[in-house]
Amino acid sequence: MTDAIINVQDLCFSYDAPEGEAPIVLDSVTLSIDPGSFVAVLGHNGSGKSTLAKHLNAILLPSGGKVYIQGMDTADESLLLEVRRAVGMVFQNPDNQIVANVVEEDVAFAPENLGVPSAEIRRRVDEALEMVGMSDYATHAPHLLSGGQKQRVAIAGVIAMRPNCIVMDEPTAMLDPMGRQEVLETIKGLNKNYGMTIVLITHHMDEAAQADRLIVMQKGTVVQDGPPKEVFAQVEALKAVGLTVPDTVELCWQLRQTGVDLPLDALTDDECAAALYQLLKKD
Amino acid sequence: MAMRDITLGQYFPGDTPVHRLDPRTKLLFTVLYIVALFMAKGALTYGILLVVLLGSIAVSKIRLKIMLKGLKPIIFIAVITGLLNLFYTPGGEGEAPLLSFWVLTVYPAGIRAAAFMILRIVMLVLCTFLLTYTTSPILITDGLEMLLNPLKKLHLPIHELAMMMSIALRFIPTLIEETDKIMSAQKARGADFETGSLIQKAKALIPLLVPLFISAFRRADELAVAMECRCYHGGEGRTRLKVLRFGLNDYLVLAATLALCVGIGVLGHFGW
Repeated sequence: MTDAIINVQDLCFSYDAPEGEAPIVLDSVTLSIDPGSFVAVLGHNGSGKSTLAKHLNAILLPSGGKVYIQGMDTADESLLLEVRRAVGMVFQNPDNQIVANVVEEDVAFAPENLGVPSAEIRRRVDEALEMVGMSDYATHAPHLLSGGQKQRVAIAGVIAMRPNCIVMDEPTAMLDPMGRQEVLETIKGLNKNYGMTIVLITHHMDEAAQADRLIVMQKGTVVQDGPPKEVFAQVEALKAVGLTVPDTVELCWQLRQTGVDLPLDALTDDECAAALYQLLKKD
Repeated sequence: MAMRDITLGQYFPGDTPVHRLDPRTKLLFTVLYIVALFMAKGALTYGILLVVLLGSIAVSKIRLKIMLKGLKPIIFIAVITGLLNLFYTPGGEGEAPLLSFWVLTVYPAGIRAAAFMILRIVMLVLCTFLLTYTTSPILITDGLEMLLNPLKKLHLPIHELAMMMSIALRFIPTLIEETDKIMSAQKARGADFETGSLIQKAKALIPLLVPLFISAFRRADELAVAMECRCYHGGEGRTRLKVLRFGLNDYLVLAATLALCVGIGVLGHFGW
């Protein structure tokens, strides 16, 4: 428990309502996230997943319960910058995250804020752009880039802070399929090659399926938590909270309904094809 | 689309000695040049300033045609100022009016004053063009922030102003794009932005401006959160990726500009 990078205990949150009762957005959420893991948080609109994300770097403070980032309490104002440096945040709309007129200047924004010396900023900027594969665009104007490229610049801007964890709040929601793929590959690369802890908030099943761990949220509570294969195998439970499952799981599930004996853990096309092949071979 | 033509402080990238100067040098040059321009009195001083300006333009390799094109919007002001000077400058003692009809009288001094005034306006504008055409807006903002740095002691929000300026510059293309999109959406639903009287046209802009403003506020809100997430906490303790540095050229240009300013002041004092 103690070496978890993010530790959320009994987190409750409701917005201040001037009159009447405030709707409860998060209802005693408890979870911890280990360093180096790739966690996807899945849920419908209004399930509280974005609100949870905003608690992870002290944009919102808990109404009840505690959030600890590497042991630091997010409610402690004196630790604010440390918390924000440790957990980087990437949002949905890349246009509204980019501050400067030149890609490298934008990536430099966070280390500039942290008072890092110029030579070190230069090193971090080059390294961050390299990590997201945007080194060739260092001196370009951001508004001339594609959506996927802009989002990768935004990710680089967060990496340059040297965070231990990056929380992404639906980073692909505004992108075309090409851009989505680009950003997803980047995220996976950061996790696999650089050991960066990733929390990916999403409502795309196929994105969630690529994580190591999947948390499903519904009405401000965690309803499922486990490896994607296990979570998606609970097809009925997911359907009950209004979520669909990946197409491959759906196919297997439909076949099972008709009495065919198929496992429900096929998340990719290849796995599904293999499962079907095994089945047909048996007959 | 006409919207695409909106450019503020158009910048022509290049690699000439003028482009390479520190933005602070260019800003100071512009200010001192304008001061000198107002101290110039006669043909000699105006002549020196004109030669300096044309020389600098030649070095910057910005074509004179582009420079003159930018003058179009000020022709009206220049002509009106010229005419006022022409008719309302009283002649010296014993000077006969050249021309006199109705309430208008023209003295030789009026012609001189009008010519110098027009020249002064044109040179003033050309000199600021030289700055904005050869310096990227970001560098101008950085330069301004560093030049005004001492004013922070007086608790003036210099860093905040510079940050606002650079964010405004960053969002101009984004908002233009957005305006285009909203216009297309409104046109698709039958909005008419082109015909009708001036008042009708202005009214047609309301359904364009309302969504634009709302979206701009939403963007501002999101940007503020994103900036906070990247540890932005004002200008205190901030470092920069690129630090501006004065080179030999900068010191030479500054010294020459100072000399020019003093020289023109002295010459102007004697009426040359």
